[in-house]
Amino acid sequence: MNEIISQYFTWPFTIGAIYLGIIVIIRFVRWVIGLSKIDKIRILKNVFTIKTWDSIKEAVSEGLLHRKIFKTNSLLGYMHMSLAFGWFLLIIIGHIETIYHEGTMAFPFYKSIFFRYFVHESTGNFIANLFSETMDLLLLFVLSGVFLAYYKRINSRIYGIKRTTKLKSGDKIALSALWLIFPLRLLAESFSAGIHNNGGFLTQLLGNLLYSSFSLEPAVDYMWLAYSMSLGFFFIALPNSRYMHIPTEILLIFLRKYGVNLKKRFNTYSQIQVFSCSRCGICLDSCQLMNAEIKNTQSVYVLKSIRNKSLTDETLFNCLLCGRCQNDCPVGIELNDLRITQRIESTFEYNSSYEYLEHTKAEKADVVYFAGCMTHLTPAIKKSMQYIFNYAGINYWFMDEDKAPCCGRPLMQMGQYDAAQKLIENNRQRIIESGAHTLVASCPICYKVFKEDYSLPHIKIMHHSEYLLDLVYKTKIPYFKPANRIIYHDPCELGRGSNIYEQPRELLGFYTQLIPIQAEKDRSYCCGGSLANIKIQMHEREKIMNSAINEYLKYEPDFLVTSCPLCKKTFAKNRELIVKDIAEIVCESLQNQYTELQKQNEVLLTQS
Amino acid sequence: MSNKFGFDISPSRTIDFDKFDNQILQYVLQHESSFMTCMSCGGCTATCSAGNLIDFNIRKMSLGLRRGKPESLAAEIDKCMLCGKCILVCPRGINIRNVVMLIKKALVKFNPKNDERNN
Repeated sequence: MNEIISQYFTWPFTIGAIYLGIIVIIRFVRWVIGLSKIDKIRILKNVFTIKTWDSIKEAVSEGLLHRKIFKTNSLLGYMHMSLAFGWFLLIIIGHIETIYHEGTMAFPFYKSIFFRYFVHESTGNFIANLFSETMDLLLLFVLSGVFLAYYKRINSRIYGIKRTTKLKSGDKIALSALWLIFPLRLLAESFSAGIHNNGGFLTQLLGNLLYSSFSLEPAVDYMWLAYSMSLGFFFIALPNSRYMHIPTEILLIFLRKYGVNLKKRFNTYSQIQVFSCSRCGICLDSCQLMNAEIKNTQSVYVLKSIRNKSLTDETLFNCLLCGRCQNDCPVGIELNDLRITQRIESTFEYNSSYEYLEHTKAEKADVVYFAGCMTHLTPAIKKSMQYIFNYAGINYWFMDEDKAPCCGRPLMQMGQYDAAQKLIENNRQRIIESGAHTLVASCPICYKVFKEDYSLPHIKIMHHSEYLLDLVYKTKIPYFKPANRIIYHDPCELGRGSNIYEQPRELLGFYTQLIPIQAEKDRSYCCGGSLANIKIQMHEREKIMNSAINEYLKYEPDFLVTSCPLCKKTFAKNRELIVKDIAEIVCESLQNQYTELQKQNEVLLTQS
Repeated sequence: MSNKFGFDISPSRTIDFDKFDNQILQYVLQHESSFMTCMSCGGCTATCSAGNLIDFNIRKMSLGLRRGKPESLAAEIDKCMLCGKCILVCPRGINIRNVVMLIKKALVKFNPKNDERNN
């Protein structure tokens, strides 16, 4: 029996590794072949450039060292790093050790994996000793990660993770195998070390300890077999488990660097992104829907459903597209765009034609002002903007004062890209016809679509916060600083969506005292009012809004300032905190100054 | 309209239960139960961006749906631009944009032409 084992114990590992290799190669080839022609040309163009080197660097820093997870939580980062980087080093150094020992590179691959089974002589050679001590140190490093992983199942809070994803059966098999690999390796090597004295500090110590109380010879082959089987099981379970993310992530890093990007329809690159998800659950913690007890529509579950082909509209459309999860995702998956691609797939059968849209005449002006549908429900914003335009003496045209089609962004968020194009074309022609050099939008939702999907050559597109800052710099409007302490709420579409964080803050710096808070810039909250979610109920939106407000109230601000009409409208439901738009702040300041000047004039008049 | 002055009364109207077609209505209610609470106040229609551009009455549409007369639904629903003003105005907090998307979906789903594919 022992003879059979000693002859065939490497087979589970070898079979598993070959199976895994074949599956991964087939999938990779299929994915790359499925890319669009342009993407393939991109890859060919960039393969022999610095980008490949950059990808290798990123693969090491993200795939092995897990730098981004360190940013989320250092203990969680260490756990991932010790497992990935430690295992990687074990394989590489184990291989070098075998080459050193054999004096040749021609040996079966499994030999380096089961090195201590085959090589018994303990030499006094310094280098050989160094190798065995290093290997033990690395094993200890990996084992520390494994034990952290065990403990994470009991108490995940200390890893900065409140919630974790539910596992599929495939995941459970792979996870159990993975958990067993390194403890079994430790035991197998210790058994051999106990018998043959060929271990390092750790395995030798454990081996001697065990050997003093048991006879290890009959069990040693079984131990190595168990180790080999745990590896084999893990490799065979890997393609159908979440651990498929390990090879896929590397491919994703390379393709992303070569400039391959997501398309409007689901293609193999989308599939690569889906398979790159490790289901770590970091996106669960960043999702504010959790505040409203919506617990099964988060990005990780959407990706899982896409993989299992079980995605429902209820899951797909129950998302605010606020982008917080995308910001936190350690793999850098484009979660928002992936979801929108799915929405396009889900709704492409009923795009509207909007044949009724008529071309109405544009007015000639220097600046076009597009308030947006939402701003018409928060009239204080458009009135403030009109006041400021007049104050600064700008020749402007209020494009949607009376009537204009929607900007098209809400349709896009629903996946109705073809329909949105009709609205975009209608608005675009009018904007160009006006001959303006600047387009000012009051709504970040409109701003984003103007910037990304309208082709408006030679027209500067600005959100009103940028534009007002520009006016201050050009001394078209004055500023003075009252003692109001305020918090600035970054709207999702303006902040994470369009990367505008500094301009509103700079502008507010002229007119108020801005309190820095924890959840700001790319970590900012969503107000809960997002148009991207059509499944959420009003009372659920309010829960999300209230939890954000409660966070803001801790700083005891005088006002909450935002630069999005929809955020303002949503927050206005809460009575505890006054919410104002950035344009209102500027406008009020101008008005106050004006009345003060009038008072001074009166005083001067009465004095004279 | 021009020759009418002052008040006018709507022609009398009956709902024929034999012709009552509530397939789409049921589908919508099943997926968006808040639609049940609509009291036809017309706030949505008053604020509607599309209604500002063309004759488009979402309240009338929802009434037609409730009365089992979805004939003109397909042509009407296509006018909606999904801008979202209606949901902010609605005193009942109805997810009107979801209702619109569900109607669009139902029209494709229950279209006899698409039966083969759906089965």
